Order: sequence, then C-alpha cells, then structure tokens
Amino acid sequence: MSTNSVYIVDGSRSPFLKARGRPGPFQASDLAVQAANPLLMRQPFAPEELDEVIVGCVGPSADEVNIARVISLRLGCGDKVPAWTVQRNCASGMQAIDSAFSNILLGKSDMVLAGGTEAMSHSPVLYNHHMVNWLADMNSAKSPMQKIKTVTKLRPKFFAPVIGLLKGLTDPVVGLSMGQTAENLAHKFKITREEMDQFAVESHMRLVQAQENGIFENELEFVFDDKGKAYDKDDGVRPDSSIEKLAKLRPVFDKKHGNITAGNSAQITDGAAWIILASEQAVKKHKLNVMGRLIASNWAALDPRYMGLGPVHSTVPMLREHNLTANDIEFWELNEAFAAQVLACMAAWKDNEYCQEHLGLDKAFGEVPHENLNVDGGAISMGHPVGASGTRIVHHLLNVLQRNKSKLGVATICIGGGQGGAMLVENLQ
Amino acid sequence: MQEYQHWKIEEHPTGIVWLGMDVDGASANVVSTAVLSELNQILVHYSKNLPEGIAITSLKDKGFVAGADVKEFTKITNHQEALELVQYGQSVFNQLDNIPCPTIAVINGFCMGGGLEMALSCDYRIALEDPKTRLSLPEVRLGIHPGYGGTVRILRYMNPLIAMDMMLTGRSINTSYAKKVGLIDEAVPQRLLNNVAEKMLLSKPKKRQAPRISKLLNNRLVRPLVAIQMRKQVAKKAKPEHYPAPYAIIEHWQKNYGDEAEFLHGEAESVAQLSTNKTTKNLVRVFLLQDELKSLASENVDKVNHVHIIGAGVMGGDIATWCVSQGLLVTLQDLNAESLARAKSRAHQYFKKRLKKRLLIKSAMDRFILDINGDGISKADVVIEAIFENKDVKRNLYASIEPKLKEDALIATNTSSIEIEQLCDAISDPTRLVGLHFFNPVTKMPLIEIVQGEQTNQVISQRAINFAKQIGKLPLPTKSSPGFLVNRILTPYMVEAGLLYDTGTSIAAIDQAAKKFGMPMGPVELADTVGLDIGLHVGELLSQAYNYNLPNSFKTLVEADNLGRKTGQGFYTWKNGKKVKPKSKSSAENIDYIQNRLMLRFLNEAVACLREKVVEDKDHLDAGIIFGTGFAPFLGGPLNYIESNGARALYETLESLHNQYGKRFEPDPEWQSLINNS
Repeated sequence: MSTNSVYIVDGSRSPFLKARGRPGPFQASDLAVQAANPLLMRQPFAPEELDEVIVGCVGPSADEVNIARVISLRLGCGDKVPAWTVQRNCASGMQAIDSAFSNILLGKSDMVLAGGTEAMSHSPVLYNHHMVNWLADMNSAKSPMQKIKTVTKLRPKFFAPVIGLLKGLTDPVVGLSMGQTAENLAHKFKITREEMDQFAVESHMRLVQAQENGIFENELEFVFDDKGKAYDKDDGVRPDSSIEKLAKLRPVFDKKHGNITAGNSAQITDGAAWIILASEQAVKKHKLNVMGRLIASNWAALDPRYMGLGPVHSTVPMLREHNLTANDIEFWELNEAFAAQVLACMAAWKDNEYCQEHLGLDKAFGEVPHENLNVDGGAISMGHPVGASGTRIVHHLLNVLQRNKSKLGVATICIGGGQGGAMLVENLQ
Repeated sequence: MQEYQHWKIEEHPTGIVWLGMDVDGASANVVSTAVLSELNQILVHYSKNLPEGIAITSLKDKGFVAGADVKEFTKITNHQEALELVQYGQSVFNQLDNIPCPTIAVINGFCMGGGLEMALSCDYRIALEDPKTRLSLPEVRLGIHPGYGGTVRILRYMNPLIAMDMMLTGRSINTSYAKKVGLIDEAVPQRLLNNVAEKMLLSKPKKRQAPRISKLLNNRLVRPLVAIQMRKQVAKKAKPEHYPAPYAIIEHWQKNYGDEAEFLHGEAESVAQLSTNKTTKNLVRVFLLQDELKSLASENVDKVNHVHIIGAGVMGGDIATWCVSQGLLVTLQDLNAESLARAKSRAHQYFKKRLKKRLLIKSAMDRFILDINGDGISKADVVIEAIFENKDVKRNLYASIEPKLKEDALIATNTSSIEIEQLCDAISDPTRLVGLHFFNPVTKMPLIEIVQGEQTNQVISQRAINFAKQIGKLPLPTKSSPGFLVNRILTPYMVEAGLLYDTGTSIAAIDQAAKKFGMPMGPVELADTVGLDIGLHVGELLSQAYNYNLPNSFKTLVEADNLGRKTGQGFYTWKNGKKVKPKSKSSAENIDYIQNRLMLRFLNEAVACLREKVVEDKDHLDAGIIFGTGFAPFLGGPLNYIESNGARALYETLESLHNQYGKRFEPDPEWQSLINNS
C-alpha cells in the first residue's frame, strides 16, 4: 500500500435545520448543492477537475437516486466526474470520507469532494401493504363489476400510513428502536435521567457559546430558499434549555418507564456537510492550502442492541495501532445520538471490565474528559441529519484543533445496526 | 437533378423528397424572393414528377425560418410593388398547398412569420420539442400582418380567438401549446423527428381541424361582435392612429373571411395598404436598427461562461437573473444576506413564469449562485459592479477586487450617472474599466449602454459589446458624459413633468399628454416606478452638469419617504404594485400645451446629444432612445420624428417656450443644421 498522505483541504456545511413536522424548504440535494457552491467557488481549481464526488445519504428522495450524481451535476462538476452514493446508516457521511481516503491511498483518485446530506423532514410517508395490494387489485380489475367489488373491499386500516422515518430508526433485525438501544446502555452503565439531561443542557450551552463566539463562521455557509429567506444558523438550539425543563419531558421510546426523551436525544434535522480530500500530488499541483491530514480510519461492529458503543469499539483498535493512548488525543468529536449513549461510551472507555471483555485490553483504555469532547455542542443541540453528521464532525474537529493550536483529534460515530466508525486527524495549520 | 442555391434536395428510397432550406450567406433562413422563386421551380418540377411526399426542413443550426426578408420590404415605394411582392409569395405557397402529394413542415427550431406561413401551407406540421422552438407571426410588430396566406390558413387549424391573438400581439408560443391549439400536429424530440415526418407522409393521417367552436366564431353574424371585443382589447395597448396594423387584421378577418381565394386576395390588399404607411416604415426602421446594434459585436469570439455581479439590489439581482436566463453561470455578491435572499426569490419567480417546467427552473436556479464571500470574483470572465451610486465606495471596491480578478476578466460598472473617468483610476490599469449600463426592468429592456470613458481601451469596449450581444441585449456604444444617452434625455423631460406638477397641472393630465404623444408610460408614472429617490439622485447629478432646476415636488416627496411604487406612495398612490387612479380633475387642461413642454425638452436634449456625439450617429441615437426608454417605436425615434414632422415647426415652438420660460428651453445650436438639412 502506498504511504502517501491524504489531506483535508477545506470543508463546509449547511446550517442544520430542525425538522418541524412537515417537509422543510430544501431537499437533500438542495442543501448539498448550496453548501458546496461556496466551497468549490473558493478553490483554485475548477469543479471539473475533481476526480470524483462521494456522498453519504441514508434516504434520498425518490427523485434523487444516486444522489451524489445528482449533486455533482447540479454543482457544475460536468458530465465526466463520476459520483456515487454510500450508505452506512448514521455514518454515511463518514463512509464517504473513508471511501475517498481509500481511493486516494490506492492512487485511484487525487482530489475528491466527499460529504453527506440528509433531509429527514422529507422522509417518505408510505402506503401500507394492505393499500398497495388493494391498489394492485383495483388496477387489474377490468369490468365495472370487478371494480365495484374491489371498491367494497377498501378498509379504513388501509389508510394508516407507514412513517418512513420511524421504520428507519428501528433496528430491522433485533426490532429495537434506536432509543431503546440507548435505554439498554443507560441500564448497563447505570446512567441516570439527571445525568442525561445534564449532558443535554451542556450540549445546548456549548452550542450557544460557540454561536456567540462565531466559531462556525469558518465552516457554515448560508443557504437560501426560493421564497426569499436566508438561513445561517443551526436552528435546533435552545438557549433556554435547563434541567428543570428537560425533566418535564416524557420518555418516548420505553414509554412511561424509560429515561430517554426527545430532550436528551439527537434532533431530527436537515443538513449537509462536505470536505475536500486531496493527495500530496494534487496539493502540490493546485498549490492547495490544507487544513489537516487524515491519518487513519477504522470501522467496528457489535451487538445491535448496544449499537451506541460503536465509538468505543472503533476508536480503541485504531489508536492502539498507532501507539496512541487516550491522553494523546487532544480533542474528540463523538456524535451525540443520545446523551445516554455518549455517557456510556465515556464510561466504557474507562471501565476495566468492559475493555477487557470486549476489546481484549488488559485494563481500561483511559479517560476521555468531557472538557475535550464535543466542545461546541453536538447532535443533541444541533441535530443529526444522519447522512451528514459523519462529515460534519470530522470537519469540525479540524476547526477545533486549529482554534486550540492542537495536533491530534478523533471523530467517531455510532451506527444503527451495531457498528462504529472512527477517524484520526492531524491539524496542519 | 438541378442544383439550387438555397435548397438542398434529397430523394429518399421511400419515395419521399426532403427539401432542406439552407439560405446562402445567412446564419438563419429567411424567406426572400430568391428563396421563393427556387421553391417555385422545385414545386413545378415535383408537380410533374409526383413523389410519395414532400418534407420541408431547415439545414441551419439555428432554427427553421426567421421570417420574410425585411430588407426587401424596405425597398417598396408604392402600393403596387407591395401588392406584387405579397401576391408572388402567396402564389408560391398556394402551389405548395395544392400539390397533390402529402407535404409536411419539419420545424426544427424557431419558426417565425413567413416561415410559419410556409409551414401552414403544408398538410402537416411537426416541431422539434425544445425550448428554443418557438412559433410566431410577428408581422404586426413591423406594422403589417401575415401576407403569404398566413391569416387565411391558420384559421383552418386554430380557434380564431387564439389565432388572432397570436397575430395581434405577435407573441411566440412553445411547441406544447402549439400542439394543444392545433398549430402543429406533433411535438417530438430530435431522435424521432425525421421518422415521424416520413411516417406521417406515408400513412397520411387526417389533417387537423380547427375546434368546433371556430365555426361559430367565424360565422358571418358572429364575427362583427367578436371583432368589437378584439378591438377593445387592442385599444388597451395601441391606438389606431399610432398602430394601424392590428386594427387592419381584425378588419380583414371580419370583412374577408369565407371563400379562401377572396380571403387571400383581401390579405394581400390589406398588407399592401399597410406597407406604405408611415408607421410601418418607422417600425421596419426600428427593426433594422436592432440588427445594426447587434452587428456591432464581433463574430466568433470566446463566449463568456461566468459572470460575477456585485450588489444584489433590484438592478444587480435582475442582471444576474437575466444572465442566468441566457445560460450563464452567475455568482451574485452582497454583504447583506437578506438582499441576496430577495434577489433569489425574485429570480425564482421569474424563472417559474418563464420556464414553467420544474427541471428547467431548477437548472436555472443552480446557476444562480449567491456568493456572500465574493469568491466568484477570481473565477468570473466578467465582473459587473451594481452597487449604489457612490463614487468613493465604488472606487474602493474596484481597488479591493482588482488583485483577485482573472487576468483577462472584463470589469464593468452598471453606474447610471457617474462618468467612467471618475472611477477608472482606482484600478492600476484604468483602460480596463467600461460601463455596462442596463435598464430597469432588466428582463424587459433590450438596451445596454456600453459606456466608454476617454481612457477605455477599444478592445475592452469591443468585448463589452460582444458580451451584451451574447446575453441577447442590444449594445449601444455611448460616450461617458453625465447621464450617458438615455438618462440624459429622459431627465429634463421628467423634470419638466415635475415642474408642471409644481404649478398645478394634474399628474393624470401630464401622463396623458405623454402617452398621447406615444410614450409607453407617462413621466410621472415612470418616476414613481423607477423610485423617486433614484430619480432625484440622477436629477441632482444631471441638473448640476447641465445647469437646470429641479422641481420641488421631487424633493418634498423623497423627504417624506414617499418614494413611489416601492413604498406605496409617490406622485401616485400604489396598491399591490398597481397605481390607484387619481380622482379626475376638470378636463380643462391643455393637453397639447403640456405635451409640448414635456416633449420639446426631450427632443431638445436629444438634439444636444447628437451635436455632442454622445453616440455615433442619428441612427444610434434613435435606437438608444427607443430601446432604452420605450420611446414610441411608430415614430421611429426622436430624430426621425423631428425629421418627419419638420424641424422648423418644432424649433419655433421651442423658441416660444424659451421666451416664456427661459433658459431651460433654449434651443440647441444643432437645430439649425437640422433645419438646413430638411
């Protein structure tokens, strides 16, 4: 394998726009296009010079099949730039980066636009099977008599819609909702409702602070709808969030008796994020000013019922391979699917028993302090557009490292279905 | 087989003959007498050697047929010549109509005037399904109407209300609408076009027929009633004394509909009648002036791909929208995100209306890139500054963007009032700055003043001219003197409207007087539409430069923040973008007197511009004023008007106003040479 470095040149993202019960103003490709336009415009090369475009997206709209190609063409990358879509559930945006990483390492590509996008507010509402069967009967009914007969078979339950989003957030193998897997973690690591809510409030406060300090100016682009409105802020944040307020919310997954509420879970959100990756050769050729280097990536899998611990399983082997310990990593981005899930990861990393049993270590991996983790908030306050989050945390991590003049960071994410992904980056600014 | 200069003939084994129109020495096909005469020979030949079918198509990259040859038309001096020209065309198309084999027009691009009349003489018409394929009978815009049987044959296929509307307005229609209303049989993509043509010729389907309602509408007793309605509609837009052609079309239909031979004869007579009319001469001149301005652009130059526009106000936003509509990539820069958002929404509205189809709208909007950071500057082929009129801010801007520009990027300002000389030395190469002065509303106004400063490099202004042509506008090279051409001539006229108002004349009477002259919109309404703040700003600059007084009313209204249409209150009250009709005062006002005061200031300023050579010559001046202000096209422009109405009489009226009102009516010295030349 080539030992060439893979550089992260630049990145951008759309504001993360909370889904508000109806389709938002943008489709997934719209958000991706608008977030990428300024990114590409400020590069010294033309979009046609990219070698490929890779996009992570869990649920593109029906008219966005191979959404990467749709986006690439809409961005003016031209007919000749190949584009493909990757799907690894909540880590699709990280998978896009990893695919670019691999192709650059293999020497197949020199410059790749990689990212993720999701318009969760546009996720489909479907007919149920009864209805689909009935429609098929209706279609094949020839005579008026047959038609009338078929009409009489229509039942109210046929009209019950299937909410695509809920299906997507339920594990299709073990049958647990994502929230229920987080309940499992809370149970396993004895995480209380108060701890979760405290974490959620902190996420909001950190994001508020970051917004006030203009932290996102380097990574966030305006998007504009067709009706004359401009969006430039992650709008799910609640500056007035408090333990008291969160305590009033009812558990939504294990109704009545559980601890996971909408308030201590990631928000359902629309958003897109991008980075440009380049080989050493491309950096030289186009005289690119790089942000950092992508050193390593790793994927791991585990019991789907404990999917939230994916970050633990994916980070540890990666860091060990590079002879790094928890202390060597200065900043962490761990996607906040659920407060309980992040807290469980932090607990597992420093849990001797867990690390021995599941990761084959002699003792605990180490402590990942909350001060160095998700320093500007996370998916609980900002939202989790499933396709985009994986890209966002890698890009944002580099911004955090840059701001703190630090060197090494890890971005990691848990994946519905029982996986975890991790990336190790180095700040070069 | 004989060779022809303008037609290429292919005889297919299927027995079908393809007549490919390829007019020699022209980029687009025109139906000239030479083209007709060859078609005549071809038809004579095939009448004797009858093929299975005849398909007529264009071999040009650009369109099917652009229309009849307007230049031939200008040579006509009398009724008889006109009649002969028209009847010759009719006879050729009659022959096409009557040939016993099936015929089809394969309309592979725009199809206008005489081209559509030819297509209507075929048994079938199919068109290439493409946004560029538009069909029209625009003769009315030249002061005439279709004369090669178009008024007759179109009614075989279409509801007379729709057909007449096409002819009365000259508007073009797209293929799907054309199919719906019966003008064509099919609209198909390129891959099917020729196959469908052959299939139809061989299978000879039934010809399309006008919908059943047409019989009633064309009925002898019903026609007069319908005609009344049509005249009412037309009267809203054009007065019969200004524009006789639409009225003649209605008259022709009402009187001559019925027996086709009679109907055709009536058509020829009516066109011949119109063609010697003064309005027609002027409209044809206006048409040719467009060609002249277009011909200023060089052929075969590199096309601009990316335009960067700075300033997302109404002008900047609309320039961006227009450039996108012409296929360009646009980055629109503004510090204010809300301005950008508004510009985008306006663009979206425009594309929705114009393009209709979702994918076309999306593709246009994807080329309309809002660029809050100004990253497009370093990638654009053309950068247009369209920020507010402040010399220092503009100069600072140029200095800051210059280092980022591509080496060969064209840098232009849309300033409407600041001379290029006062701006250009802010950049290291002052020869590089040129004015591209667009007019509001950009999507409708065809003119761009190419403003050349003393220093402007000729190569640069030529590139600006080429760019204007590329985006489908008419370039008018203009000297960089205050107000350039259009605003300089408009302002004294609008100022005079304000002075009339200050002394008690009603706004309704002022606007009425201007409209009676033939202006498309009165000066008061125009001021309100443009925005009184902008009007006042330009007025202040020009009144200083040319030393005249501004009316108090402008200042008072602007001070009260009543800026016209955009604030809902100016001289008029505006509701939802429409003006509320003021309560009519006594009609005792002397319209002719008001008209003289308004128009003589206008004309006097035009004469001054001629003397100062603000533009190259009379033709350019007339063209600029017609396309930049909408100045009554039937009058052929201000100088043409002076010439045809007698310079002396106008001069004398001006002189009497001079005596009465003083300096602002002082006749320009150039009047003398106009009088001497007449």
